[in-house]
Amino acid sequence: MSTPYAKLPAWADYGLIPLINLFVAFIVAGLVVLLIGENPFRAAAILVEGALGRGQAIAYTLYYATSFIFTGLAVAVAFHCGLFNIGGEGQAYVGGLGVALVCLAFDSILPWWLTFPIAIVGAAVFGAAWAFIPAYLQARRGSHIVITTIMFNFIAASLMVYLLVNVLKPAASQAPQTRTFLEGGQLPKLNFLFDAIGLTVRSSPFNVSFLLALLAAFLVWVLIWRTRLGYEIRTRGHSPKAARYAGVSETRIIIITMLVSGALAGMMALNPVMGDQNRLQIDFVTGAGFVGIAVALMGRSHPAGIVPAAILFGILYQGGAELAFEMPGISRDMIVIIQGLVILFAGALENMFRPSLQALFANIRPSSVGVEAKQGERA
Amino acid sequence: MDFFNTLVFLLDSTIRVSVPLLLAALAGLYSERSGVFDIGLEGKMLAGAFAAGAAAAVSGSAWAGLAAAVLIAVFLSLVHGFASITHRGNQIVSGVAINFIAAGSTIILGQAWFSQGGRTPLLGGDARFGAIQLPFAETLSDVPIIGDLYSDLLSGHSLIAYVAFLLVPFTWWVLFRTRFGLRLRAVGENPAAVDTAGISVAWLRYRAVICTGILTGLAGTYLALSQNAGFVKDMTAGRGYIALAALIFAKWRPVPVMFACLLFGFLDAFSIRIQGTPLPLVGQLPVQFMQALPYILTVILLAGFIGRAEPPRAGGIPYVKER
Repeated sequence: MSTPYAKLPAWADYGLIPLINLFVAFIVAGLVVLLIGENPFRAAAILVEGALGRGQAIAYTLYYATSFIFTGLAVAVAFHCGLFNIGGEGQAYVGGLGVALVCLAFDSILPWWLTFPIAIVGAAVFGAAWAFIPAYLQARRGSHIVITTIMFNFIAASLMVYLLVNVLKPAASQAPQTRTFLEGGQLPKLNFLFDAIGLTVRSSPFNVSFLLALLAAFLVWVLIWRTRLGYEIRTRGHSPKAARYAGVSETRIIIITMLVSGALAGMMALNPVMGDQNRLQIDFVTGAGFVGIAVALMGRSHPAGIVPAAILFGILYQGGAELAFEMPGISRDMIVIIQGLVILFAGALENMFRPSLQALFANIRPSSVGVEAKQGERA
Repeated sequence: MDFFNTLVFLLDSTIRVSVPLLLAALAGLYSERSGVFDIGLEGKMLAGAFAAGAAAAVSGSAWAGLAAAVLIAVFLSLVHGFASITHRGNQIVSGVAINFIAAGSTIILGQAWFSQGGRTPLLGGDARFGAIQLPFAETLSDVPIIGDLYSDLLSGHSLIAYVAFLLVPFTWWVLFRTRFGLRLRAVGENPAAVDTAGISVAWLRYRAVICTGILTGLAGTYLALSQNAGFVKDMTAGRGYIALAALIFAKWRPVPVMFACLLFGFLDAFSIRIQGTPLPLVGQLPVQFMQALPYILTVILLAGFIGRAEPPRAGGIPYVKER
C-alpha cells in the first residue's frame, strides 16, 4: 500500500491549496457573470466596496459572518467524526424555536444578560435534539446520515411553519411570526466598537453573539484537539475500524458528535432571532446552514480556518446585496453559485492541483516534500 | 361508482407525479450500482428542467428542449465523475456542490435571459410533450370499468411518461442480462476484481454516470415540458432526494424502484387530494403534516423498520489502483 499523495509543507497544504481552489471557484463564477452580460471585474469591485467600504458595511459583513461561524463549526465537528451533517439548516431553524421560547418566557422579567445564557442553552438543546434522531438512526440502524438529515431539513420546515401559523402567532396578527421580544430578549449591538476606531455605523444588526461565535470557535478547537473526547472523535473519523479496536463505542461517539454539531447549528439562531429581528420569523435561516458546508470545507474543518472563511462568505453576502442594487441581473442567488463552486473546488476537487503542486515543490526544493524515497512511484 | 372514479383519478395523478421520481431514481440506480453515490440528482434534474424550458422557449420545439436538458445533465454528471472518479474526491460533497450550482445558476440565468423572475416563458403546442391518446381510447371509454381504466388511467400521458415506465424492464435487462450490466454491478461491488480482469474501472463508472445524466435530463424535461408549461424556479422541490430515498428503499433494484416511486407518488397525490377533508379517526390533518409525510415516511423506511437496505459494497469509495 502506498499513500496516494506525498506530503506538502504545512503552509502550502493549509494556505496555498485552499487559495488556489478559491481562486478557480471565483474564475468560474466570473464566467457566469460574463455569461449574463456584465463585467466580472466591475462586479467584484462593487462587491468588495459594498462589503468593506464603510464601517456600516463591515458591521453587516460581520453580522452575516457570525451565523456562518456557527454553522461552519457545526459541519466541521461532524466532519472530524467522518459524518456529513447536511442538516444544519433544519437544526438552526429548530434552534430558533428554543431561542424564541426562552425570550418569550423571560423577556419581561429578566435583563438581557440573564436571558442570553438561558437562550444559548435553549438554542443548543433544540438544535441538538433535532440532530439526535438522525444520529441515533445512523449509530444504531445504519441509516445514512446524509439522507436522514436532508429529510429532517424538510420536516423542520413544515414543523416550523405549522408552529408559527397555528401556535406561536399572536391572535391579533396576520404575519406568521411571534410577537416582538421586549428589552430583556434583545441582544445589545456591538456598533460602539466601530465608533471606537473612528468608523461610523448608523445602525446595523452586528451584536454580541459575534463574541459568542468566537468563543465557540475556541471551544471547538479545545474539544477536538485538546480533549480525550476529541481524540476519540478524530480516531473514529480517520478509521472507524481502529476506533472500534481501541474500544471506542461507535454509537456513543456518533451520537455525542452529532449532538455537539446540532447544538452549534442551533446556536446560529441567536444571531438573527435574538440579535436582529427580535422575533421568530418564517425561513429566518435563509441558507446559512448550507453555507456552513462551504465554510467548513474552505476552512479545512479547523476553527482558525473557519473564522476567516465565514468572514469571506459574510463579505459575499453583504457585498452581494449591494451588487444586486447596482447590477439588477445579479441577485443574491449568485452567492448560491459561488457557494456551490467553492464546495466543488475546495471540497470534491481539493486534490486536483495537488499532484502538479507536489511536482513543482519537488523540483524547487526536494527535501521539503520528502519525495526522494519514493522516486520509483508515480505521485 | 363515485368511489371508483375518485380512485381512478387518484391513481392517474399518482402516475403523473411518479414519473419524474421514477426517472431520477433509475438514473441514480446506474450511478450507484457502479459505486458512485449521487446526491446531485436534484441539481441535475433542476438544470435539465431549466435547459428544457429555455431551449423549448427559444426554438419552439420540445425535442430541442429534450436535447438541451440531456446535454446539460450529462455535463453535470461528467463534472461529478471528474471529481469523484478521476480525482477521487468525496462523492457526497461533489453532489452537494452540483445541487447548489444548479439551484443558483438556473435562477440567475433565467432572470438574465427571460426577465420573468426566474421562470421561462409559458410554452404551448409543439414546445411541450403533450398527452398522447392510446389507440381506441375514445371508443373504449364507454365500456364500464375497463374503459375507465384504459382511457382515463393508461391513456393520456406524455411520451416521456411511457418511456419512463418502459425504462424499468429495459434497465432490468441491461443490468442483469448484458455484459455491460454485469460489469457495472461488479464494479460497484468489487472494483479490484474488474480491474484485474483488464477492464477499466474509470471508463465503466464514467459510462454509468453518463446514463445517470441522460435519465436526469429526461426527468427534468418531463417536469418542465409535460407536467408544467415551462420552467419555474426551484421546481424540483426536493424530488431528487425523494427519488434517492426510493432508490434506497428499493435496495437498488429496478422493479422495486418503480413500486417505491409509485408509493411515494401515491402519497403525494393522496395528500393533495385530502387537503382540508377530515379523515376518519384522526380528524383533519394539518397541511404541513401532509407535506412532511413523504419525508417522515422515508426516515421510517431508512430506519430499517421495513427491511434493511444494503448499498453496493464499493459505493462511495474512490478506486485506487494498487501500485
